[in-house]
Amino acid sequence: MSEEKIKDLENQFEERIARDDKIEPKDWMPEKYRKTHIRQISQHAHSEIVGMLPEGNWITRAPSLRRKVALLAKVQDEGGHGLYLYSAAETLGISRDEMIEQLHSGKAKYSSIFNYPSVTWADIGAIGWLVDGAAIINQVALCGTSFGPYARAMVRICKEESFHQRQGYEIMLTLANGTPEQKAMAQDALNRWWWPSLMMFGPRDEDSPNTALSMKWKLKRKTNDELRQQFIDQTVPQAELIDLKVPDPDLKWNEERGHYDFGPIDWDEFWQVVKGHGPCNRERMEARRSAWENGAWVREAAMAHADKKAKKSLNKAS
Amino acid sequence: MKKNWPLWEVFVRSKNGLEHRHFGSLHAADAEMALENARDVYTRRNEGVSIWVVESKYITASNPENNPEMFEPAKDKVYRHPTFYDLPDEIKHM
Repeated sequence: MSEEKIKDLENQFEERIARDDKIEPKDWMPEKYRKTHIRQISQHAHSEIVGMLPEGNWITRAPSLRRKVALLAKVQDEGGHGLYLYSAAETLGISRDEMIEQLHSGKAKYSSIFNYPSVTWADIGAIGWLVDGAAIINQVALCGTSFGPYARAMVRICKEESFHQRQGYEIMLTLANGTPEQKAMAQDALNRWWWPSLMMFGPRDEDSPNTALSMKWKLKRKTNDELRQQFIDQTVPQAELIDLKVPDPDLKWNEERGHYDFGPIDWDEFWQVVKGHGPCNRERMEARRSAWENGAWVREAAMAHADKKAKKSLNKAS
Repeated sequence: MKKNWPLWEVFVRSKNGLEHRHFGSLHAADAEMALENARDVYTRRNEGVSIWVVESKYITASNPENNPEMFEPAKDKVYRHPTFYDLPDEIKHM
């Protein structure tokens, strides 16, 4: 294609984005749009899949059958969400195996929040309330994203996630109304998950080099800082309602801004975890790799069985 | 040689009386597994009463590059729409 022709296509593409046209997989798109989407959608998918691990840790130890069926259903949902997203990324021309390979080699990232351990039952409450709460804010903003398959996956995911957050908050509420030890456990979980949850929205806008392009292409509809503020404003009253204290001495309602002011985030910690030095990075990757490797024979056997069956029915037909 | 599970497209009828609609795709070794996986992936909350699966390679899709000649000719055939015809005001429902 001539340079002039590409320029022309690029202009048409930008115009389509500007008038909120959705982009579908077979439409022409700039290479960078394709690559950026493969990166973001696959990392989102990986986050769902790795996100099953900290919660899966508590399925066998859930304190009641009610809690156990809810947690099982939630973890199954995360698996399903990973699958919707992998499919959406595949429409851009990357294979499922390539994406899994990128996750296991460390080339592709996943949300750093899942590199923190879930050490008590209250952590399951905190994860549902805070981590899913933050994820929902991110994902609601993505329902209007410009790439059709990604937007459609997001709509389905958002519908399913609201139960996740409610089950988490209900766990926190129950603990907060329980014995002093149970309440202390809930407070401890909030203390440990609060700051990592704020980091889920990513670096500050001024430190996020991809934000401008992502906003222009409507891959992102709101900036990291806007979403983070929205999460804080929404979550603080929820903590107050169950008499838990948000672990931020600088947290204060700012009448003039109409938002909460909050203390500095430890970005060194954020980057350490992103680079693989969080408390559980290694454990998570080992769990993923061993599941993939130990399941290889099942995938191969299923394929061999399908081939054999297909041959048999072919022989019968002839 | 390693062979990957093929891709399938999933269509779900959400209730009787409605058509099957494209819900998404998934990987499975054969049709039977595709149906089972589709049930787990796409109908965990009573979203459907019937599922179709078809291997993606059997779908032939139009190319958006040909959209002008494919779809634009319909645009100037306004006489295919009821509003094209002038009728007296007395005729309320037609």
